[in-house]
Amino acid sequence: MNEVRRLQPQFPTLARQRDADHFGMLIFLSTEVLIFGGIFAALFVLRAQHSAEYARSSTQMHYWLGGINTAVLLTSSAVVALMVEAVKAGAARLAKWLILGAIALGLAFVAIKFTEYALEYRDGVVPLLSPAHLHAGPDTLFMDLYFVATGLHALHVFGGLTLLGSLIWPFGRARRDTSAVFAGNAALYWHLVDVIWIFLYPTLYLAR
Amino acid sequence: MKAVRTILVAWVALLALLALTIAASFAPIGQVLPFVSYGIAIAKTAIVVWIFMEMRVRDGLQRIALATGFAWLAILLILVLADNLTRGWTP
Repeated sequence: MNEVRRLQPQFPTLARQRDADHFGMLIFLSTEVLIFGGIFAALFVLRAQHSAEYARSSTQMHYWLGGINTAVLLTSSAVVALMVEAVKAGAARLAKWLILGAIALGLAFVAIKFTEYALEYRDGVVPLLSPAHLHAGPDTLFMDLYFVATGLHALHVFGGLTLLGSLIWPFGRARRDTSAVFAGNAALYWHLVDVIWIFLYPTLYLAR
Repeated sequence: MKAVRTILVAWVALLALLALTIAASFAPIGQVLPFVSYGIAIAKTAIVVWIFMEMRVRDGLQRIALATGFAWLAILLILVLADNLTRGWTP
């Protein structure tokens, strides 16, 4: 991507400009940590105050689907990390295939996630829509927070997929930038989405 | 190629930790489970941040930029739980 390679007037050197690019992305990711931090704080308080109901709700989750999804997301992160190495090594074509692989894994994650939502609808544990088997009070609050947390996370997965996809079109030339500024930043975002899921999984699925 | 090997080793370690955290949730350890679960989650995060997010090769300023979010999160969680977990302590 020419815009990234070209030195902008506010920076003394190209190296400084690249550092600033990554620095800005990392500051943004810090704010993302805090967005999800609020939801985690709410879940921790719910667990501390209603541990029995929390554990009952958590054991209703399809933990094996969540586990498969965790493996899918961890694998996609590894593929994205390999993609950045490929870009740095000048292998733009290989990077393209790795991006397509990561996107396929990301879509698989979303597909499994929505399958899970459908199963929960069938189980009758969705607040408002199908609450047949849902206890009022902390159980409902747990499911509310579950849909807020995983829904917001799914939105971030879509955001990450868009960023990765933009490395194929319209910013395919960014894959030829061997300092991997844009590719590196897209990868940082994808890894953070992965980190958030790493904490969501034991919080929502594995509390017994 | 050393970088590729590092990434693959990290990936295997992450999947092993995932298996461990699922297994631990079925172990009869009661109250200790959250500490085990979050201990493993922190270990997985360390691997992702250090190797996948390349913090091992970034300079100090970039490491601080990412650490900032977690530092503020720690303040939030410590203060929230300091309130919530101690409410029953005084009559």
